[in-house]
Amino acid sequence: MLKVQNIDVFYGNIQALKSLSLEVNEGEIVTLIGANGAGKSTLLKTLSGLLKPKGGIIEYEGFSIAGKAAQTIVKSGISHVPEGRRVFANMSVEENLELGAYLRNDKAGIKKDLDHVYELFPRLLERRKQQSGTLSGGEQQMLAMGRALMAKPKLLLMDEPSMGLAPLMVKNIFNIIEQVNKEGTTVLLVEQNANMALSVANRAYVLETGRIVLSGTAKELQESEQVKAAYLGGL
Amino acid sequence: MEWIQQLVNGISLGSIYALIALGYTMVYGIIKLINFAHGDVFMIGSFIGFYAIAKWELGFFPALLLAMAVCAIFGVLIERIAYKRLRNATRIAALITAIGVSLLIEYTTIFFRGAQPAAYPEVITNKSFDVFGVQISSTSILILSVTIVLMILLQFIVHKTKIGKAMRAVSHDADAARLMGINVDNTISATFAIGSALAGAAGVIFGVYYTKIDPLMGVIPGVKAFIAAVLGGIGIIPGAMVGGMLLGVVESFVSALGFSLWRDAAAFVILILILIFRPSGIFGKNAREKV
Repeated sequence: MLKVQNIDVFYGNIQALKSLSLEVNEGEIVTLIGANGAGKSTLLKTLSGLLKPKGGIIEYEGFSIAGKAAQTIVKSGISHVPEGRRVFANMSVEENLELGAYLRNDKAGIKKDLDHVYELFPRLLERRKQQSGTLSGGEQQMLAMGRALMAKPKLLLMDEPSMGLAPLMVKNIFNIIEQVNKEGTTVLLVEQNANMALSVANRAYVLETGRIVLSGTAKELQESEQVKAAYLGGL
Repeated sequence: MEWIQQLVNGISLGSIYALIALGYTMVYGIIKLINFAHGDVFMIGSFIGFYAIAKWELGFFPALLLAMAVCAIFGVLIERIAYKRLRNATRIAALITAIGVSLLIEYTTIFFRGAQPAAYPEVITNKSFDVFGVQISSTSILILSVTIVLMILLQFIVHKTKIGKAMRAVSHDADAARLMGINVDNTISATFAIGSALAGAAGVIFGVYYTKIDPLMGVIPGVKAFIAAVLGGIGIIPGAMVGGMLLGVVESFVSALGFSLWRDAAAFVILILILIFRPSGIFGKNAREKV
């Protein structure tokens, strides 16, 4: 579904991604784990069109999307739940969700998906008229996810959904990621919480200073000594 | 009664400030630029209205709509030509450019038509109504009703339409808006178009109310409207409306007290006071958000 080959991404003179390659197949949950500053968010931003790669190939469903405008990429079925939620704090919960469906014109379909998002996140239904800036961190994460789902994505990019959330809320969010995946959305999940990420993923990549250093099935990585020592708290 | 009379005058003047202030505040809200050329868009609108009425013999409303349309296009051109490429430059570079654009518009207008003032033709028969001893002219009523209709229309656009929601999203977080599939460039252009159309309307209204216009007429109202926008809280639409009205009323009262020469000074005193005591303006909150 998504094929990334040897991409290089720079911030000014600093190279953030170095000849990075990875692949996501339809129906999978793929996770990318790594420390702060490894380049995880940079990769997602490049995939969703906020950053442009200097070199390399990004192919999505057979088409090149490297360097395309963000709106083209959203339209082709990739939604990005950004790090730190980035909800529109000055707007109501429902307005945020409506913005998620900005490029769609099928009113009936939008209504159906809105109901579905409220089913997934009953808390959002309770707060639909509330300003989203007043929501708790967990609720904002739900809103950011719901907003991305409103675009009806085939591939969902998720950046650190567990960041700053209470353990119970993290569990809740990951359950929903699994459910969304079962309903047919492919997920590329970036996480620092490697334990949690590996427990839901099919496959995983480990990123260190802009390079993939390890990859395999989630199970293989969970058992790898290297990963255990560096990312799973060295059990 | 004298005071109520001044209140009515102040509201007429304030309507003009408010309409111009809206453009300042919307543009600031979306690209954090104080568009100092905005007062000159107001002047262009006034002249378009003047030619439409005096030369092409259009009525008030067709002239108003024409001025708004021309200013909308003019505003988008200014943004596309002068400001767009400075989107990632320092704010001071954009600000200096805005001042340059302002001077360019003023002196290009003088080059083509000269600096002499023009007299706005009368478009509506000026009658005065006596309401409990307060004289309200038909022009005042016209100004106020046009302003109110435009403000309601603006509120509708900003809150109910897709482009309005996109504008609010971009002004809050442009990258997050991009992730929704919003075309940020077009949204910024739409903001300039709407803000400039409002300034164009203000220009025509100004001409009808004060009857004398000239190529440098945009300077002082432009600065006053900027003060109004800061007073209400820059970037906040209802703030610009209230700030404009308030400034108009204050100026009228200062004149009524016999200090009409101090009218402009009063506006700047307000600016200084607001910057010292409440820099975020009447409607502004000190931004504090949950992370």
